Amino acid sequence: MKRNLTRYLLLPAALVGSLSLYALTTPPTLVADANNAGLKLPTGFGALVVAETGARPRHLTITPQGNIYVKLNRVNKAGQGILMLQPTSGGKAEVKTGFGDYGGTGMYYKDGYLYASSDQEVFRYKLNDKGEVTNPGQPEKIITGLINRRQHESKSITLDNAGNVYVNIGAYSNSCQQRDRQKGSLGQPNCPVLDSAGGIWQFKANQLNQTYGNGTRYTTGLRNVVGLDWNQQDNQLFVMQHGRDQLHDIFPDMYTSQQSAQLPAECMYAVKKGDNAGWPYLYYDPTQNKKMLAPEYGGDGKKEADSKFIDPAAAYPAHMAPNGLLFYTGNMFPERYKNGAFIAFHGSWNRAPEPQAGYFVVFQPFKNGKPDGKWEVFADNFAGTPEKVASGRADHRPCGLAQAPDGSLYVTDDSKGTIYRIFYNKK
Amino acid sequence: MQKLSLLCLLGFLSLPLAAQKKPAPKPKAPAASADLSASVAQGKKIYTQYCLSCHQADGGGVQNMNPPLIKTSYVLGDKTRLTKVLLNGLQDVDIDGEPYNNVMPSHDFLTDQQIADVLTFVRNSFGNKAPAIKAAEVKAVRATNKK
Repeated sequence: MKRNLTRYLLLPAALVGSLSLYALTTPPTLVADANNAGLKLPTGFGALVVAETGARPRHLTITPQGNIYVKLNRVNKAGQGILMLQPTSGGKAEVKTGFGDYGGTGMYYKDGYLYASSDQEVFRYKLNDKGEVTNPGQPEKIITGLINRRQHESKSITLDNAGNVYVNIGAYSNSCQQRDRQKGSLGQPNCPVLDSAGGIWQFKANQLNQTYGNGTRYTTGLRNVVGLDWNQQDNQLFVMQHGRDQLHDIFPDMYTSQQSAQLPAECMYAVKKGDNAGWPYLYYDPTQNKKMLAPEYGGDGKKEADSKFIDPAAAYPAHMAPNGLLFYTGNMFPERYKNGAFIAFHGSWNRAPEPQAGYFVVFQPFKNGKPDGKWEVFADNFAGTPEKVASGRADHRPCGLAQAPDGSLYVTDDSKGTIYRIFYNKK
Repeated sequence: MQKLSLLCLLGFLSLPLAAQKKPAPKPKAPAASADLSASVAQGKKIYTQYCLSCHQADGGGVQNMNPPLIKTSYVLGDKTRLTKVLLNGLQDVDIDGEPYNNVMPSHDFLTDQQIADVLTFVRNSFGNKAPAIKAAEVKAVRATNKK
């Protein structure tokens, strides 16, 4: 009897205890916008507009305190290339401050530092214990002198867990032709672009003024990578390549405009130091699942490429422009999303005169650090209507992805400047 | 695909004042009008074959990559400058304050008549209205063209 009584007394105490713990760890309530801000989502998910930036936000990152840092493609009217937003209510946020007098794409938080890239350089800013930048005017310039010839200019960045930063240096060329994008022009022998671009370079996160001589060409043969992320499960870099354009325009005798709209695949690669993904010598054909010799280098649409080049980890429809990659490590979404990849497809232009495609966020299931099963559209209707997808005149174009401390997913739109937040609200 | 959904573009195009203040076109002699429509019809074929994949069916281009051809100073302005864009290609140039990062290759393999037709088509499509360009004018530009 006495033992029973104790049990009855302990039970409510334990309940109260766990409830208060629950209250402490429960994030502020997220309130979906009417019609989920226009997005189409799987059952149980909701979306809201965090803020309208009135600029062109590229990548973004969220500190453990919930501060949102957004890299702008170009500086705003106040001359600021980075915006800092803080939460208000219902999951929304407002711009608190801005700094950084340079446009760019890269934005990444790691271990108390904010990393940001212009189209030539990478900077880092120390954050205080509130997740605020203490020296907005004096960042550490860690990488400088990276090549920028406008085409494929984004220096997207990510970091590993060993103090290294990985930088995309996109090829300043479509397919390394002697005359870029010129009809019939053949490829330059031993493509010289690859010396300083067309790959991922590795640098130290904590050293100043590094340039090519201080870094390592980690992976070559990647035409242009805007979305990249470090996979924590198998401790490896994954990148999304923008595949080459204009097979029909350049080689109309070999490729119809329909084939040109569907070739080549947009590829995900899992890369290791020293890998070569094969640009400009090959493209990946998603219907044959083969690496094909590029027509600039003797290909004819049938000859396969040298097998020494690495295979993609996964392939997606052509020209959809993957601009954001994020491995989901949060606990908010259902279990099947854990450690899988979200990919923001900015949407195509190079499918014309065929209908355009993309303008959505895709989920790629993963198992043990490898893509497992077919990709699926996760968040759709950024464009507004199917007609706007087909014409390419999308209302919004997804670009950057970031995971909040509560496990919700942020998405930027670099066309109209909207920042979205997607969350799971099914109990 | 031919639908002209221009509205979303107008938001970020800065329209040159000159273009907005052009007087209404005067009635032309029937022969000139027939010449114009023949040139526009031929030019449309050239556009579809060589220009559309970048500049798009509606002439709106691609933000940050390929310039729009709708009421820009390049399209409506000086004929010689416009002709040279086709002959020499174009890169590293901001157009009406907007950067476009893709390279435009040279189209000097087109004949004088083809260049005249496609430019006349562009200058009289997508809401544009500007005088035709003649093959003789292209020939003159080509003869003195310095890259």
